[in-house]
Amino acid sequence: MSTNTPKKHIISALVENKPGVLNRLVSLFRRRNFNIDSLTVGRTHKQHVSRMTIVIDGHRLNPRQMVANLYKLVNVIDARLISEDLHVERDMALVKVRTDDTESFNAVTELCERFPARIIDMGMQVAIVEITARTELVEEFIGQLKPIGIIELVRTGVVAMGRGVRTQDTEYEPASMTLQDGELERYSV
Amino acid sequence: MLLTGAEILLECLIKEGVEVVFGYPGGAILPTYDAMTKYPQIRHVLVRHEQGASHMADGFARASGKVGVCIATSGPGATNLVTGLATAMMDSVGIVAITGQVARGSIGTDAFQETDVTGVTLPVTKHNYLVMSAAEIPLVVEEAFHIARSGRPGPVLIDIPKDVQIEKAEFLGYPTGKLRLPGYKVPDSAEDNDIVEAIRLIQEAERPLILAGHGLIMSHATQQLQELAELAGIPVTLTLLGKGAMSEHHPLCIGMMGMHGNAASNHAIQEADLLIALGMRFDDRVTGNIKTYSPNSRKIHVDIDPSEINKNVKVDIGIVGDLRTVLTQMLPLVPRKQHPEWVRRIRDWQEDGSERDILTHYDGTALLGAQVINDLWKFTDGNAVTVTDVGQHQMLEAQYYPHQRPASMLTSGGLGTMGFGFPAAIGAKFAKPDEEVWAIVGDGGFQMTLAELATARQENVDVKIAILNNGFLGMVRQWQEIFYEQRYHATPMVNPDFCKLAEAYGIPSMRVTSRDQIKDSVEFARSIKGPVLIEYVILKEEMVYPMVPAGADLDKMIRRPKLGEKQP
Ligand SMILES: Cc1ncc(C[n+]2csc(CCOP(=O)(O)OP(=O)(O)O)c2C)c(N)n1
Repeated sequence: MSTNTPKKHIISALVENKPGVLNRLVSLFRRRNFNIDSLTVGRTHKQHVSRMTIVIDGHRLNPRQMVANLYKLVNVIDARLISEDLHVERDMALVKVRTDDTESFNAVTELCERFPARIIDMGMQVAIVEITARTELVEEFIGQLKPIGIIELVRTGVVAMGRGVRTQDTEYEPASMTLQDGELERYSV
Repeated sequence: MLLTGAEILLECLIKEGVEVVFGYPGGAILPTYDAMTKYPQIRHVLVRHEQGASHMADGFARASGKVGVCIATSGPGATNLVTGLATAMMDSVGIVAITGQVARGSIGTDAFQETDVTGVTLPVTKHNYLVMSAAEIPLVVEEAFHIARSGRPGPVLIDIPKDVQIEKAEFLGYPTGKLRLPGYKVPDSAEDNDIVEAIRLIQEAERPLILAGHGLIMSHATQQLQELAELAGIPVTLTLLGKGAMSEHHPLCIGMMGMHGNAASNHAIQEADLLIALGMRFDDRVTGNIKTYSPNSRKIHVDIDPSEINKNVKVDIGIVGDLRTVLTQMLPLVPRKQHPEWVRRIRDWQEDGSERDILTHYDGTALLGAQVINDLWKFTDGNAVTVTDVGQHQMLEAQYYPHQRPASMLTSGGLGTMGFGFPAAIGAKFAKPDEEVWAIVGDGGFQMTLAELATARQENVDVKIAILNNGFLGMVRQWQEIFYEQRYHATPMVNPDFCKLAEAYGIPSMRVTSRDQIKDSVEFARSIKGPVLIEYVILKEEMVYPMVPAGADLDKMIRRPKLGEKQP
């Protein structure tokens, strides 16, 4: 086995915002023995569409297979292997660190100046710092906080977007669940 | 028109052209059963176990090319469908399963007979729905049938809470034509570049071979397949589910490949310099050791499912599309060619195979499964629709019953579901009432779903049941003989008297113990319009050869010795 860190693949998927869709995706990945590194889901500017960013450990996998599999899910509108093209990616972490003496407090503040991070909650004993950056930078930041004393940590996982004018979007507008009166003539009843 | 959810459902099924449904009632689906009394156009077949219903819907779908429908109640009714859904999923069969669910307000409370059926069936369906209002039933039904039958077909489940079946809604019509499926794409034609590249490979090939699968039958591309093979002089080998894609009497058709395929097919695959895989998915049962699979060939793979391309076998050209469309695109460009030397080599392998055929040099007295199948073929004029169960008899049918037309041999390939054969044959008979339908089953598998004898009797289904009774779970015994030093643990079976059993169900029967009775048995079965059971008592320890041990190289087969050679 190679000692390099395994290559990570980032897939971005537009999915219908319906109950159970997340379950379908996760079930598919588990079924196909794909290892999810991180997964984020959120709404888009269109109410009926959610966007997921899935990072997978691509050590022994063909990422195209994964995308082809995603297309088999009826609720997946569009799926792309975003890591193969120019893209930006961000990971965010909230870290609660010890700041109960001047030394630690100064160390944290200093780190926040060197990294794209800031203190968002300040108490007598602890502070919460936020960092939003590329994964590697987030990891480096966390590494440097460690000796000061990390108490709690939470990360969002990666979100990513392709660069430039090529967009990942959908024209799709959901039909109403039932037929409208005027539409009847169009159909054989 | 203000109708109940149940009535809307049935209206929609009628508009979909559904004439028969296989099902079993229960509390959560009762409103739908009650509404059926108003829709006599839909024939309901009462099964004896919901698994039977799912296999009947499956057999109906495979035989007719239409969507098969089964119905069950919530909880245990629905979970009993799961094996049938998984079977249909693996073999890409379009069925729609309708299940009752507890009332909306009770969902998530562990109510009586509540099971998260959409959750349970998620991995074994192409798609599924939990319907939360009567008004959405038409759209859901339309989508479900569309998804079940289009693209790579598969099972779709619709779970309908009891109160949704009762709730009234305005029914404005069907089909709605408003499919809300933004992410559902059905591939059709191929890119011109890929076609040109494929033709170039065909042009250059000296030892080409077509691997013909189930996809050809489903996309009605069997005519195109034959034209391709004839034009470019390419031999064709079949997967188990591809049987019927090309007449096995055609000189270019060399029969089945794989674990129990013809040795000639397996040798040809390993020696070929071009494989053209059409609507098949390189299952491990046809590839053997994937690392040494067809090492010197270039490969073209045509399939409607993009995730099949490069899944198991890396190919040079992957074409995603409907086979009929893609082959139609290819045909005008296909070069006229012959490969006499290649065909001669294949003939030699075939010759060698015939010399090892047990039928040519068997000198025992006991009846052989191979003889039974071969004679069934002869006396049904090679023209029956056969539906097999899983085991040795299944492989023997594949070897000794050559088929000539698509959808005339139905079997559970991908999942290998014992218990499939008999109920699926009932379903097939509903699809093809004018054809002779034979269920060919083992004594083991038959006992998994034999309760459907009552269904066959009640509905007077004209299906002939051939039980190949060897008193063993034969295929497992074969593995124990070869790989476990003949420790026959948990494979010998004390069986019921199958003829008496048939009698208890009011089904005529006959027991056959020697070869000269086979003709009579077929005539007897044919003389009765309705279910008939024939028990063929066969040699207990028959072996199915050739056999590629699981994971071995495809051409490292265990062969039956020729006359005079030592036993393997
Ligand atoms: C539901 C199920 N359980 C177990 C198996 C494993 N299995 C495969 S073949 C076989 C033996 C089948 O015996 P029988 O039905 O008597 O047919 P034969 O092989 O003797 O023709 C078994 C147990 C299976 N395929 N399906």
